[in-house]
Amino acid sequence: MTTSTLNHVAYVLRGNLVTAAAAAGTALLIAVAILGPWITPYDPIASNVSIALQPPSFAHWAGTDQLGRDIASRIIAATRLDLLIAASAVSLSFVVGALIGSLCGYHGGRVDRWIGRVVDILMAFPLFVLAMAMVAALGNRVENIIYATALINLPFYIRFARAEVNVRRNLGWVEAARASGNSHFQVVTHFLLPNILPAMAVQISLNLGWAILNAAGLSFIGLGVQPPTPEWGIMVAEGARHITTGKWWLVAFPGLALMLAVLCFNLLGDGLRDILDPRMRT
Amino acid sequence: MTTLASISRRTGTRFVSSLPALLGVVVFTFILMRVLPGDPAVFFASGPNAGKAEIEEVRRLMGLDQPLLYQLALYLRDIATGNLGRSLTTGQPVLADIQQRLPASLELTFTALVLALTLALPLGIAAALNPGKLVDHAVRFACTLGVCVPTFVSGLLLIYAFYYLLGWAPDPTGRLDIFAQAPPRITGFLLIDSLIARDGTTGLAAASQLILPAATMALFVLAPLARMTRASMLAVLGSDFIRTADAMGLSRARVVGVYALRNAMLPVLTIAGIVFSTMLGANVLVEKVFSWPGVASYALDALLASDYAPVQGFVLLMASIFVVVNLTIDVLYGIADPRIGIE
Repeated sequence: MTTSTLNHVAYVLRGNLVTAAAAAGTALLIAVAILGPWITPYDPIASNVSIALQPPSFAHWAGTDQLGRDIASRIIAATRLDLLIAASAVSLSFVVGALIGSLCGYHGGRVDRWIGRVVDILMAFPLFVLAMAMVAALGNRVENIIYATALINLPFYIRFARAEVNVRRNLGWVEAARASGNSHFQVVTHFLLPNILPAMAVQISLNLGWAILNAAGLSFIGLGVQPPTPEWGIMVAEGARHITTGKWWLVAFPGLALMLAVLCFNLLGDGLRDILDPRMRT
Repeated sequence: MTTLASISRRTGTRFVSSLPALLGVVVFTFILMRVLPGDPAVFFASGPNAGKAEIEEVRRLMGLDQPLLYQLALYLRDIATGNLGRSLTTGQPVLADIQQRLPASLELTFTALVLALTLALPLGIAAALNPGKLVDHAVRFACTLGVCVPTFVSGLLLIYAFYYLLGWAPDPTGRLDIFAQAPPRITGFLLIDSLIARDGTTGLAAASQLILPAATMALFVLAPLARMTRASMLAVLGSDFIRTADAMGLSRARVVGVYALRNAMLPVLTIAGIVFSTMLGANVLVEKVFSWPGVASYALDALLASDYAPVQGFVLLMASIFVVVNLTIDVLYGIADPRIGIE
């Protein structure tokens, strides 16, 4: 980061309070994820049936659930797991997708065509159902949610990286890199990938929000994370049974946490696009 | 005439080129379903105490003792003859189950799409007419919020507001109140069937069950539709022929509503098609929240019971719908913009 870049970032943040707020929100989320176990007011999995289903109060400001567990504590404790799932899934699909996509875009030819066909097949699937089937196939574990979410994100990264590399591969500086003795693989990893990284950063940020929604959706239908582990999707699923009797806080607060997390990542992605590509600013 | 010919030629090529993808989907689903855990033979034998001989019998009956490639060949032959296998949980052929349940999903998805479009088009146009103004920001804000709220949360909150607090909506389970008489099944779409039967009460009951899940889905897909409308309208409004139309003294409403909107609709059409096919697959969550008897919840229940055939059938159906929707959009594109056929 050079001074001019920092200045540009500061300029964009000053002019765009929404992005600044999103960045602050993301930082807060990460802080909560790290500090989670130390800042929960109650034990997130200790049940106490005598105070079950209590509405928000001073002692339990987000209320208690059907087992008398403090909802606020459970939301805080769940942050780490939810962010971890989303971040691992997105980084996995980013690393694999960017590598495959840029090699395809650089190399072209038959391999490129075959991988393109596989990507087409993947994209013709109903993606959420594919993730469901994968978690069911691999077993009901957290790491399998990560793999499933990574897989359904993969086609987008492959296509994106392929297109971005494809338009650059015949440019002068790529030829110069090749002429100065770099192997094809080095040209891709040392020159082309760093060059498309800014464009992909936007994709990553937008994708994080999507991955959170996806993972929460999977645990909402009972795949992946298992109770009593605190996780936003499970909390909503458990609260769903009580919504028709008016116990709104069981659903509303974990839902709010989900919404805020996704909102932060989405707004940050939009903001990043402004910072990295001033031409796209609208 | 030449336009029509070129449209049909294009459609034909597109259809043929989408066949390998469809075949890939079939093979991939087959493999995926075969690596699922749990032995379905054990699951569907009479009970946990079933003897070894009985389990072997069930396995033989299901063809699970054959080599994998042979099973795949059998599966492909079955699909070609329209036999999607038999669901072991409902005991019905999968095709019959899907035919039974598809109208529920389609009715929900169509209603949601229509609802989303009637909201998104005016919002997108209003934003495009006042770029950078308050309306524009408000629309953008609403869209951003819309994609951030997961459907299972917004659905539950809508139930809380309209069923528990206001009491306007009926009990949010299923397509029709259990005490209501379903109209004679003609299309499977309850709204259309009760219209044919001239049964206003049932139609109203079905509509009141439909509105909350449809609104839940519509809120989620509002953003891509409204954003695309805005972007496309902005691009069209800046073009020469709009300036000409303005200069000729046509009323603003006519310029925007007819000249600009018609030209801006093409990208919106594409997005609407994509939205439609993703909604059909992704409404697992909405169908679960509202106990909607559609195909997605059918596949989910089957998946949780390690019942392969319905899941395979469902995925195949979704992929086919995807292909058909893309083709339809291609044809519509050709009709809406004749230039495309010529290139």
